[in-house]
Amino acid sequence: MIAGRSNESDTPATAMAAAVHLEGVCVTYLVENGSFTAIEQIDLTIADGEFLSIIGPTGCGKSTLLNIAAGMIAPTQGRVKIFGDILSGVNRRAGYLFQADALFPWMTVLENVAVGLEVTGISQYDARERARAWLERVGLSVFADRYPHMLSGGQKKRVALAQVLIREPKILLMDEPFGPLDAQTRLIMGNLLLDLWQADKKAVLFVTHDLEEAIALSDRVIVLAAGPNSAIIGDWKISLPRPRDILDVKLQPAFHWVHREIWSELKQEVLKTYERVEVRGT
Amino acid sequence: MSRTQLIMLQLLVAVILIGFWQVFTKYTFLGHRILDPFFFSTPFDVAARIFKWFTEGSIWRHLVITLVEAILAFVIGSLMGIFVGFWFARKPFIAAVFDPYVKMINSLPRVVLAPIFTLWLGLGIWSKVALGVTLVFFIVFFNVYQGVKEVSPTILANARMLGMSERQLLRHVYWPSALSWMFSSLHTAVGFAVVGAVVGEYLGSAAGLGYLIQQAEGIFDVAGVFAGMFVLGVFVVAIDAIVSLAERRLLYWQPVAVKAHS
Repeated sequence: MIAGRSNESDTPATAMAAAVHLEGVCVTYLVENGSFTAIEQIDLTIADGEFLSIIGPTGCGKSTLLNIAAGMIAPTQGRVKIFGDILSGVNRRAGYLFQADALFPWMTVLENVAVGLEVTGISQYDARERARAWLERVGLSVFADRYPHMLSGGQKKRVALAQVLIREPKILLMDEPFGPLDAQTRLIMGNLLLDLWQADKKAVLFVTHDLEEAIALSDRVIVLAAGPNSAIIGDWKISLPRPRDILDVKLQPAFHWVHREIWSELKQEVLKTYERVEVRGT
Repeated sequence: MSRTQLIMLQLLVAVILIGFWQVFTKYTFLGHRILDPFFFSTPFDVAARIFKWFTEGSIWRHLVITLVEAILAFVIGSLMGIFVGFWFARKPFIAAVFDPYVKMINSLPRVVLAPIFTLWLGLGIWSKVALGVTLVFFIVFFNVYQGVKEVSPTILANARMLGMSERQLLRHVYWPSALSWMFSSLHTAVGFAVVGAVVGEYLGSAAGLGYLIQQAEGIFDVAGVFAGMFVLGVFVVAIDAIVSLAERRLLYWQPVAVKAHS
């Protein structure tokens, strides 16, 4: 089986505690006239070392889900377990890659990468040595002393990636990190991410609206229903061989097959979102 | 336009203005003088006065006193502004309580405070420093407050996810952001420090550039007034150049375009 619905828990990680485990998570925001339920009753398990993508139409609560796993939002109902421990406050075992530019503009590239280690009490000298090694891995050694505003969008993302990974988080949370980049840069960044992930498999929760990207990168793709009150409506296992190269993967027949299957599901949800927008608009 | 061309044009403006001044005060047109030297003095008299001040060395004492007052006003006002700005920005409750009073004091013309400061602190430098502080404080306070408040939420979230504690956030995020706002208002703050010193001296003192101008005015010595104004002008331009230099050092991480906007 190359790809298919994964309802059986065939991952060996189930014996151990899952990297992220959401139990009946529900998020409600209070708004002017009542309350607004962003996501409803979500159960989701991400095994250690699993690369999982969440996909869904705009406003389906993808980012909310990610922020819950990060501990930046507390669920209104339900609970979050990280490697078996109930999460309260910021998730210290997770690294978060933001969609928007989140580098510190007053620090050099090197300082930006090193700061995540420095705050843990590692000496500045050691932190910078390791930051240099990480800049090498993301191919930015020559830019160590530049400031973020001097870099291109793709270069900033590389710095952000190094900034997060240098802390060696057990879980990597990514919120459409390559969204603002152009198509070629996205491809290169995707492959870089896969290489880094392959070297030291972390649990990854990757939020995107790009289905091709989701399939090419992931072990599993989750489809969320159109919001509000969104829930998981599809759970697909992607068994394409690893290590992968995104461009090669996209040429495989299996890729096209699974793409068509997921898209037929996703399309319904995207259309629902559009209908709602139109109804609201009239 | 090259830098030399610019400087030449800037000098040309001075030459033309002083030229007119000299001609209109020296020569009569159709039987009457356009500018009476008693009220307008002449460029030569003013230049001679400045020359005399510097050769006799009497001006240095006044310059140094004004400079010391301005520096003290700037340093004390900035420190207070940074402290209160941080405090208010991090404690919105405190800011809300003090809000009407801050607005009230800030809208007060500082000149009315000068006699009170003279009463409290005497005719020495401290009453002038106090006047400068009331001006500098608000500039720095508002900018630091804004700088702490305006930190991008993404950068803040990133800092939290990188494991920064409240103290580390202060050091690595709020502090640099607040300083960048403060530095972008450095010219205004330094300018106000000088204004505070000179106005304070003018209203009652025994030394300083403001005192010099006030003394000359008291005896209708127009050449002395203009000479004092000219020395003050050059003094301010020199300080501003130093501030520009410091600014370039301190805001090295900002793109040039952004700096131009702020």
